[in-house]
Amino acid sequence: MAEKEIRLKRTSLYASGSSPVNMIQAVFYNEDMLIYDLEDSVPAAEKDAARFLVYQMVKHHRPKDKYVCIRVNGIYSEYLEEDLQAAVRANPDGIRIPKVEYAREVQAVSVRIAEIEKKIGLKPGKIELICNIESYMGVLNAMEIAQADPRVVAMAVSAEDLTASMRAQRTKKGLEVFYARNAVLLACRAAGIDALDIVFSDIHDKEGLKEDTALAKNLGFDGKTCIHPRQIDTVNAYFTPSMKEIKYALRVLAAVEEGKKQGKGAVTLNGGMIDKPMELRARTTLAQAEAAGIRTEGMVV
Amino acid sequence: MEIREPAMAGTLESSDCQIVLRPNPGRGIEIDLDSAVEAMFKDSILETVKQTLAEFAVTDASVEIRDRGALDCVIRARLQCAVCRGAKESYDWTKEDG
Repeated sequence: MAEKEIRLKRTSLYASGSSPVNMIQAVFYNEDMLIYDLEDSVPAAEKDAARFLVYQMVKHHRPKDKYVCIRVNGIYSEYLEEDLQAAVRANPDGIRIPKVEYAREVQAVSVRIAEIEKKIGLKPGKIELICNIESYMGVLNAMEIAQADPRVVAMAVSAEDLTASMRAQRTKKGLEVFYARNAVLLACRAAGIDALDIVFSDIHDKEGLKEDTALAKNLGFDGKTCIHPRQIDTVNAYFTPSMKEIKYALRVLAAVEEGKKQGKGAVTLNGGMIDKPMELRARTTLAQAEAAGIRTEGMVV
Repeated sequence: MEIREPAMAGTLESSDCQIVLRPNPGRGIEIDLDSAVEAMFKDSILETVKQTLAEFAVTDASVEIRDRGALDCVIRARLQCAVCRGAKESYDWTKEDG
């Protein structure tokens, strides 16, 4: 089986599909994932215009060093079919589906994407899916959504709509979404996909952002959606591995290599067995380090 | 494709352009361009406009463009949108497959 390619998703930033300047500027920030938005940031009267703009921008002005995503309109909206027609043809890395609540919704979108991929000669399954979990029902069904389709590579929690659906009060500390964050995270871990955390809404509160990002990192998230470009570097820093984590990852991979040379089926490190997820985690750690400009080659462990 | 009614797409924000398309029966394509970068990019902008209209087989239209430094792909997107709005037709995305 081919090695799973690691694509960093430490930070995601939305660029409105109705604003060319927004889309052009977004390329120059340090986010790992750039999401061209056709949904919330685009007024109903401009949906057609945004579709043309996003298609043209992704096709002709696409950043080479980012995971490029298009957020389409909701599954039950009148815009979805045409959004998919445009989005698949633009050939982004992924399509972000808002307000997912059931596995069958993801599967239906995946089938539609497959039909368009076939028509235009794209490799079947090439376009990945990221599911936004934005309601209590999405949280309750997180396990089935995470495993709904091989295209699903990540789920992202979104707190604003979620708290509204729960009739909860949105607070800065976020206790009201603590369970939801963990439920989605665990579903992602069970499915072997990436987990992306909620936005921190107060763009002026840098300390609050740090605290919230530290919590997300400690809980196990792979990244966080940013509401403003000024949050990107702070969030990237938290999701960049420490020297201790990098050295441990290097030791894990060295042990795996040594095991392969010796033809061993099971490999151990410090008496503990190294399994496939540990190896993948070590590779992810090194990829995150390298993306942050840390050279790990030749590092003494 | 026939432009049936006046249509507009785009804005006057930086890096964007505003295109107003009007029916122009029997008088061909007439382009009125106002651009901050006209001295350097006039020919390129006009070429993009003519090419995009040709792809839609639009033969008669008056095109007014207020450009604020839009990229070529933005001008193209705005014009595609204006044509579909003016022709009152939705876009056939399979046209992009050729």
